[in-house]
Amino acid sequence: MITFTLNGKIREFAGDPTTPVLWYLRDEVQLTGPKFGCGMGQCGACTIHLNGVAQRSCILPIAAISGSKITTIEGLSDDGEHAVQQAWIEHKVPQCGFCQCGQMMQAASLLASNPTPSDDEIVQSMSGNICRCGTYPRIHKAIKSASKVMASVGYYVPEKTGEEA
Amino acid sequence: MSKYFDLTRRNFLKSSAAVGALVLGTCFAGAAPRMMAGVLTKPSESSKEANLFVALRPDGIVEITCHRSEMGQQIRTAIAQIVADEMEASWDKVVVIQAKGDLKYGDQNTDGSRSIRYNMQRLREMGASVRHMMRQAAATRWNVSLDECSAEQHIVTHSSGKTLTYAELVSDALNITPPETDKIPLKKRSEWRYINTAMAHIDLKDIVTGKATFAADVLEPNAHIAMIIRPPVVGGKVKSFDAKAAKAIDGVIDVIEIPAPKGAPVFQPKGGIAIVAKNTWAAMKGRRALSITWDDGKNGDYNSEAFKASLLATVATPQKSVREIGDAVNTLAKANDKLVADYYAPHLAQAPMEPPCATAMYYKDRVDVWAATQNPQADMETVGSMVGMAKEKINVHVTLLGGGFGRKSKPDFSAEAAYISMKTGHAIRVQWTREDDIQHAFYHAVSAQHIEASFDKNGAIDAYLHRTAFSPLASTFIQDTTRPLSAELRLGFTDNPINTPNMKLENGAAPAKTRVGWMRSVSNVFHAFAIQSFIAEAAHKAGRDQKDYLLETIGPDRIVDVTEEKADYDNYGGDKAVYPLDISRLRHVIEKAAEMSGWGRKLPKGRGLGIAAHRSFLTYVATVVEVEVSNSGDLKIIKSWASIDAGTVVNTDTVKNQVQGGSIYGLTAAISEGITFDKGRVQQSNFHDYRVPRMSDCPLEIEVEVVQSDAAPAGVGEPPTPVYAPALCNAIFAACGKRIRQLPIGDQLRT
Ligand code: FES
Ligand code: FES
Repeated sequence: MITFTLNGKIREFAGDPTTPVLWYLRDEVQLTGPKFGCGMGQCGACTIHLNGVAQRSCILPIAAISGSKITTIEGLSDDGEHAVQQAWIEHKVPQCGFCQCGQMMQAASLLASNPTPSDDEIVQSMSGNICRCGTYPRIHKAIKSASKVMASVGYYVPEKTGEEA
Repeated sequence: MSKYFDLTRRNFLKSSAAVGALVLGTCFAGAAPRMMAGVLTKPSESSKEANLFVALRPDGIVEITCHRSEMGQQIRTAIAQIVADEMEASWDKVVVIQAKGDLKYGDQNTDGSRSIRYNMQRLREMGASVRHMMRQAAATRWNVSLDECSAEQHIVTHSSGKTLTYAELVSDALNITPPETDKIPLKKRSEWRYINTAMAHIDLKDIVTGKATFAADVLEPNAHIAMIIRPPVVGGKVKSFDAKAAKAIDGVIDVIEIPAPKGAPVFQPKGGIAIVAKNTWAAMKGRRALSITWDDGKNGDYNSEAFKASLLATVATPQKSVREIGDAVNTLAKANDKLVADYYAPHLAQAPMEPPCATAMYYKDRVDVWAATQNPQADMETVGSMVGMAKEKINVHVTLLGGGFGRKSKPDFSAEAAYISMKTGHAIRVQWTREDDIQHAFYHAVSAQHIEASFDKNGAIDAYLHRTAFSPLASTFIQDTTRPLSAELRLGFTDNPINTPNMKLENGAAPAKTRVGWMRSVSNVFHAFAIQSFIAEAAHKAGRDQKDYLLETIGPDRIVDVTEEKADYDNYGGDKAVYPLDISRLRHVIEKAAEMSGWGRKLPKGRGLGIAAHRSFLTYVATVVEVEVSNSGDLKIIKSWASIDAGTVVNTDTVKNQVQGGSIYGLTAAISEGITFDKGRVQQSNFHDYRVPRMSDCPLEIEVEVVQSDAAPAGVGEPPTPVYAPALCNAIFAACGKRIRQLPIGDQLRT
């Protein structure tokens, strides 16, 4: 039995411990915010937070999250209030939107550890997340906006926010 | 499935028409859509029913039907903007209903950048009819003349000041006959409040909160997951397979063979072996445990390097003429100074972020499908023939698409899901992996081109010969054909805008040894690459500024009619009186992009600016790219600028986002290694070896100017793409003197 916290709630999993967290989230608990884009850690569509830090859930076996806290986009905020989500709306970042949950989770993790990243630090942190619609210039701008907000209100602490979706 | 069923029309009918909503639609009388003269108080689901586009419910909520697929181009928002604007609906009362596949909507193929072009007029008329009927209903209720009643934001106001809301007028309007199309007063442009603005798209909030429903998010708790191993070679099939180990895996339910397709590929599944499992992880494990031997068939010899050599050999010799002005061949034969260049571009995979996915449930008398499809009517057709049912019996629900780019116009994945559901009697979700997507796409054609030109004493092109050869998309529909249709050649080849007294355009035959399909902008991508690179090469040869030379090469402002030279050219199906090839518009976007970029400014060593311009899908785009190339050959794109003239546009911010994204999509052609084949097998498999642009490859700023134009609406999704690779390569030349004629750039800058 693997026990962990998902979006603020204690959960247990008794199935195959090699199951990637992505498929646990999508198939078992119907949290479909994390997306399947490549299955090998190449695209970031499946990004979630493991103890507040961005992780690719498609290559993270569920056994590895025992005793940990994980957060999905559904738990990032109650209703899109997180500074990153607000900045995404302000800059009208998404096109198809498929990559964007992963992009936002990556950006939120970056800003949690580095609230005022430089242009290059943003590029470095975000280059593992692919957007085939090509919204990179807007993602970059939105992160700069969110950075301003987050720098003024303090760090985002994932386990304090969010209800299960 | 509650999460998804909210989007279906069944719900729309129940929640609206059944309780006395005003429902309006258009129907098609021949090619020209006309307003349906009649209000449907009791819409049925029979095929004679009008196309439901707008329903005004008694509570005042307006339900607008979107019959095109949403894949990031914000068509759902655009359709709502158009209808709501003309009907003077209050935006917070607008709900968009996603249409199922149904022939009654007319064309639903969301491809070819034509959703707005095909529909703007009839959607405006629809909205205006409702506004008119609201005024009429109020006038009747008040017993005053229509002229004294005006409608604004869901309220009709009489000149005396009294008001009635749309909700209060719904039941009255049910008794009013809608006006004839030509009697409906449409708004003046100056009166538009939603059209031609940058309003936020309606799905934005759902997307940023993770609630948006893509194909794999359709919640069907009973669905089994299927994953399929398909023949690695097109035309190949299963020789034998051993399912024992796969079946032993916990969670694997069944192993099913999918029959090999017959005849031309069309959109048929490739066949192969499906693993059916309780969940995705079990399906993935099962698939690894399966062992299959293949019969490769006649394409087992496909090798990209050999094919490239054969294409280049084809364009080295005279080929079939497509368009001819004057006598290019003799002029070139006599010239003592020519510029000759060969260009090559590999296959590409569309690689939408969301891999293909569909859920299907087979019943005795129908199949329900939920799919990320660009063309639900093609799903009806393809699924129908896969399971032996009439297409009318296939209910195709369209989810949001996580990108399409042409891949999802081919619903092989829906047919797979339906077939497995038929065989298992269970709801099935077919989930493609990225490897499946990269290795079983309908690929962008591989191409080779040969261009030669001679010059007059001023350095202007006085004869131009251009040969193109590429694996034709036509082969997907006509078995073994080696010739493209004119509809492929017209994509940036036949409609070459160069102003020269002697021009010859030729096309060489080429087989397709894989499945070829549409990819964003299709053959415009490689044709614009060659033409716009060549013009820059000619500018350099003449010692001229690239932008000035480009402007001179397209010649004076005029309308070019390529059909005058007996070329087979359909102008994207657009009336040439409405959508002429207008050089003044091409010139304008070139000048604008150049001006935005500060063209001509002094640049530090290692930097360069490049420009390219192209008309496609009836829209004009010019792009300038600024790059830096280091001594060791590292390429960095500093910034780019684009000007787009798509005629009338519905959402200015969407257009900007499409130009930014379309530019980056175009960058794929330059930096991706492309798709290569050996022994008929695709050699790439996932994003580690099929490179697509990442943030680190892209400029952080792509400045876009949307030309404000009253011209008829043209395409937006595709036209920004073709110009990017040539503008980039022209910039690279300006920066370091290295000319890229073969894509991808690869390590050509390092030598
Ligand atoms: S799906 Fe996990 S990184 Fe791509
Ligand atoms: S918005 Fe479509 S993949 Fe990023």
